[in-house]
Amino acid sequence: MSDLTRLHASDLAAQLADGSVTSVEATQAQIDRIAAVDGDLNAFLHVDAEGALATAADVDARRAAGESLPTLAGVPIAVKDLINTVGQPTTAGSKILEGWVPPYDATVVTRLRAAGLPILGKTNLDEFAMGSSNEHSAYGPARNPWDTGRIPGGSSGGSAAAVAAFEAPLALGTDTGGSIRQPGAMTGIVGVKPTYGGVSRYGVIAMASSLDQVGPMARSVLDAALLHEVIAGHDPRDSTSIDAPVPSVVEAARRGDVAGLRIGVVREFAGEGFQPGVQRRFDEAVAKLADAGAEIVEVSCPSFTHGIAAYYLVMPSEVSSNLARFDAMRYGLRVSPDGNPSPSAEQVMAATRDAGFGDEVKRRIILGTYALSSGYYDAYYGSAQKVRTLIAQDFTAAFEQVDVLFSPTAPTTAWRLGEKSDDPLAMYLEDVCTIPANLAGVPGINVPIGLADDSGLPVGGQFLAPAQADERLYNAGAALERLVPAPVLEEVVR
Amino acid sequence: MSSPLSREDVAHLASLARISLSEDELDRLGAELPAILDHVAAVQGVVESAGADVAPMSHPVPITNVFRADEPSPGLSRDEALSGAPASEEDRFLVPKILGEEA
Amino acid sequence: MSTPTKTPLVPFDDALTRYEPVMGLEVHVELGTRTKMFCGCATEFGAEPNTQVCPVCLGLPGALPVVNAKAVESAIRIGLALNCEIAEWCRFARKNYFYPDQPKNFQTSQYDEPIAFDGYTDVEVDGEVYRIEIERAHMEEDTGKSLHVGGATGRIHGADHSLLDYNRAGIPLIEIVTRTIEVPGDKAPAVARAYVNQLRDLMLALGVSDARMDQGSLRADVNLSLKPTGSSTLGTRSETKNVNSFRSVERAVRYEVGRHAGILDAGQKVVQETRHFHESDGSTSSGREKSDAEDYRYFPEPDLAPVAPSRAWVDELRGTLPEPPSERRKRLQAEWEFSDLDMRDTIGAGALELIVATVEAGAAPQAARKWWLGELARRSNDTGVDLAALPITPAQVAGIQALIDAGKINDKLARDVFDGVLAGEGTPEEVVASRGLEVVSDDGALGEAVDRAIEANPDVADKIRDGKLQAAGALIGAVMKEMRGQADAGRVRELILEKLS
Ligand SMILES: [Mg+2]
Ligand SMILES: [Zn+2]
Repeated sequence: MSDLTRLHASDLAAQLADGSVTSVEATQAQIDRIAAVDGDLNAFLHVDAEGALATAADVDARRAAGESLPTLAGVPIAVKDLINTVGQPTTAGSKILEGWVPPYDATVVTRLRAAGLPILGKTNLDEFAMGSSNEHSAYGPARNPWDTGRIPGGSSGGSAAAVAAFEAPLALGTDTGGSIRQPGAMTGIVGVKPTYGGVSRYGVIAMASSLDQVGPMARSVLDAALLHEVIAGHDPRDSTSIDAPVPSVVEAARRGDVAGLRIGVVREFAGEGFQPGVQRRFDEAVAKLADAGAEIVEVSCPSFTHGIAAYYLVMPSEVSSNLARFDAMRYGLRVSPDGNPSPSAEQVMAATRDAGFGDEVKRRIILGTYALSSGYYDAYYGSAQKVRTLIAQDFTAAFEQVDVLFSPTAPTTAWRLGEKSDDPLAMYLEDVCTIPANLAGVPGINVPIGLADDSGLPVGGQFLAPAQADERLYNAGAALERLVPAPVLEEVVR
Repeated sequence: MSSPLSREDVAHLASLARISLSEDELDRLGAELPAILDHVAAVQGVVESAGADVAPMSHPVPITNVFRADEPSPGLSRDEALSGAPASEEDRFLVPKILGEEA
Repeated sequence: MSTPTKTPLVPFDDALTRYEPVMGLEVHVELGTRTKMFCGCATEFGAEPNTQVCPVCLGLPGALPVVNAKAVESAIRIGLALNCEIAEWCRFARKNYFYPDQPKNFQTSQYDEPIAFDGYTDVEVDGEVYRIEIERAHMEEDTGKSLHVGGATGRIHGADHSLLDYNRAGIPLIEIVTRTIEVPGDKAPAVARAYVNQLRDLMLALGVSDARMDQGSLRADVNLSLKPTGSSTLGTRSETKNVNSFRSVERAVRYEVGRHAGILDAGQKVVQETRHFHESDGSTSSGREKSDAEDYRYFPEPDLAPVAPSRAWVDELRGTLPEPPSERRKRLQAEWEFSDLDMRDTIGAGALELIVATVEAGAAPQAARKWWLGELARRSNDTGVDLAALPITPAQVAGIQALIDAGKINDKLARDVFDGVLAGEGTPEEVVASRGLEVVSDDGALGEAVDRAIEANPDVADKIRDGKLQAAGALIGAVMKEMRGQADAGRVRELILEKLS
């Protein structure tokens, strides 16, 4: 038997459908793989072998009985630990939720279960999804399988590492400022942030409500599309969910044709701060797209450069409010202040939030509290909301000229653990290319475009498309994937 | 706007946010936040130079009137509701004394 | 903690010689929707603790709100009934503050974009009409309920811990805020009461809430400050929270006028703070000081789409409004044939809708008025419980009157029936049966009693035989006494005259 863990989800699905492999075999292979490599990667915070195998056995039985099943039935998946799962802890990577088991499933999890995907476990992340390196997890950093001394990116670093290291063929991530696409780039896999409102946020622990989206992570564009169709679509429990048909992303991923496609290269995403090895791979990818018949147009989106400033006001503001509920009253950690035998609720809240939140979370809560406070609201939050409008206008103008935009996903390849820990602002600047899509609500995809010649590490290219035109990402992404094969990890590099 | 945050400002924000920061944390945040604020304060200049009225964007998708019919749907059982509670008593969530308002 | 030294309370009338009260009222109405504002949980009053909760109203991680259409509809109808503009586009906002009864530690409310604004309603006091301007009516959600354990019973202060029930958390509220109400000082307490009472009547007429102050489905906050007579400088205001009855609204205004006057007379400063009202003695006491620390950090709720009611919908809802209060009052007065004075008393007592319902249940208007403004108003005054909150329904009052009309009881017995119904002994019929209150009109029993009375009073009997029929009163009295009031007096008289003719 070939190594099942190295199959793309689409190929595994085909083998499951024709009966050459069972879901129990495939799921067991992933569990064995996790047991073998996760000690080095720390990609999983919780593994549910029993639950996953039970789902797998159920799918096998139904298939054997001749039932017609959804395409991905029996294909195992890993779920970012920000997404609620009944029966498995959901910690958000935080001490404040250690051991919490949600009494309800996120809508995306309900859909995974309905489609018969065995859930292998919950993946590591920066605490409450706040970070670009996974170093802000309360449960230790996840590591990059290309070099375990390096970060896998964040915040969906556990999901990215798991998929890249063949611990799972598929994973769910969440993307608030690049948290799917950037770790995708750092680990050499495909990751998609769908259009805001395209995938339900119900049951996904909120970081910044107006920016968060759940999306697929996989080792091929087609695999991501297959998963996209499972999780997307209107959810009446999420008021920001779009009530319209899901774009035909699978069809687009199978097509993958850029002939005649107008591709805009964003002028602002180059130059200072961009690693030469990243830039070279990117330029080659552009040349190959042109060779394949795409029309390459340089476009300018001047407001994009202000994305980080706007993002670091909007996001922490929403964070400060969204995370207020973690107060030791109804669930989660409860800590009493030292030396106070009879503390008040107020004191217990404050002591718990000090003990339960990590530095980055506290930093953003304080920043957001400041940005929203009276006297500063207009200058900070209000202005940031206007910059969002300017960025959205830049997108609109750009999409009048071109069908998709193309840029590096991140300015550098994966850095060493601890390298940027002392300078929060430096870390924030890593998200320069991904943030505009979140601010404007448009979709984006990371596609691996080789290894940088200066670091030997994966580089990602990012396509962006207009809202609700997610299929354009899959079409362009699939084409690029054929032109520039993704780097394949031989074995975890320790 | 240049508004260096004083240590007291940070302490006040921490109390608004109900986080009892240690002295060290107050020092560190007092040192870090001004640099971040300097960077993000750029949004004001951007908006000013954009000139004409720019509408603030609170929601990335321009939808309105998303309503639900007034029909009951099943919630959680009491046991499920209390399942995560640090403490409970008489089917209620037990919390430390609330001193916010004095009678 | 807030008033440096205790200053004397100035008598209300005395205070008005130097100061003019400036009032504002904030009323929270709990809507009678079947489900909560942002989730499908049931809203029944008095359910077992934490049985009407879900991830949304418990504020569990990941839960998201969805707006109840009926609540928006009710908000618009309330706005229209208060002659407000209805926003073409508005949003919900988050009001951020930490409190254990608030599951998300923010209240989903509306801030600078209320659904209804710039309205008014006209209230009538002692035949005068006063226009109350409405600044806004906005949608928000209620909090959970806490039970304080240990220390003085049920008091927050000195409690060891508290127990929280979130059944009420997330129930839709409409907050109705007036602009400054400036009326002649002596009228202020009554105008405040009449306004709150009128809101209650309006909510009932709209069918959007049961508007029961005693159960908290209608709650009033009284904001009050004083300015020196003739001056235009506004004073510092106090906010007296959660006043639980119409009578208390009036008392709270009177008390705060006296308290503020005492402070100002002493040359001290009124502290801006929230205050608690005490039903027991009509006083208020200091609650939370309103400081700069109170910074709610409002921002538009990103989890909810804006609300943009179409003009067609608003017009359609306008068509469902009940008759405006002033027209309704005129029509009812004519239908009931009440004098101006009767009507004024009825409105002043807050009995208008009670009489409407009693008449609907079959009683004659004058009879309904007699019971509500007589017997029941007396009990309301004795107990300090609002008329509407007395544990008797208009249908039961009509039922008692029906028993009188049928001759089963008389007015005197009816008072005992009221006692029984108010004591929770059951329906009027059940009380009559269990207390044995039915009048005796059975000739056998009455005849024997009459015979005994004649025998015991031979001289009176002789007078009647001689044609002095007015002497029958003494014999009737004797029979009634023997029968403990439960005899049919008319029939007794007939029997006496039959036997002595
Ligand atoms: Mg309010
Ligand atoms: Zn609920």
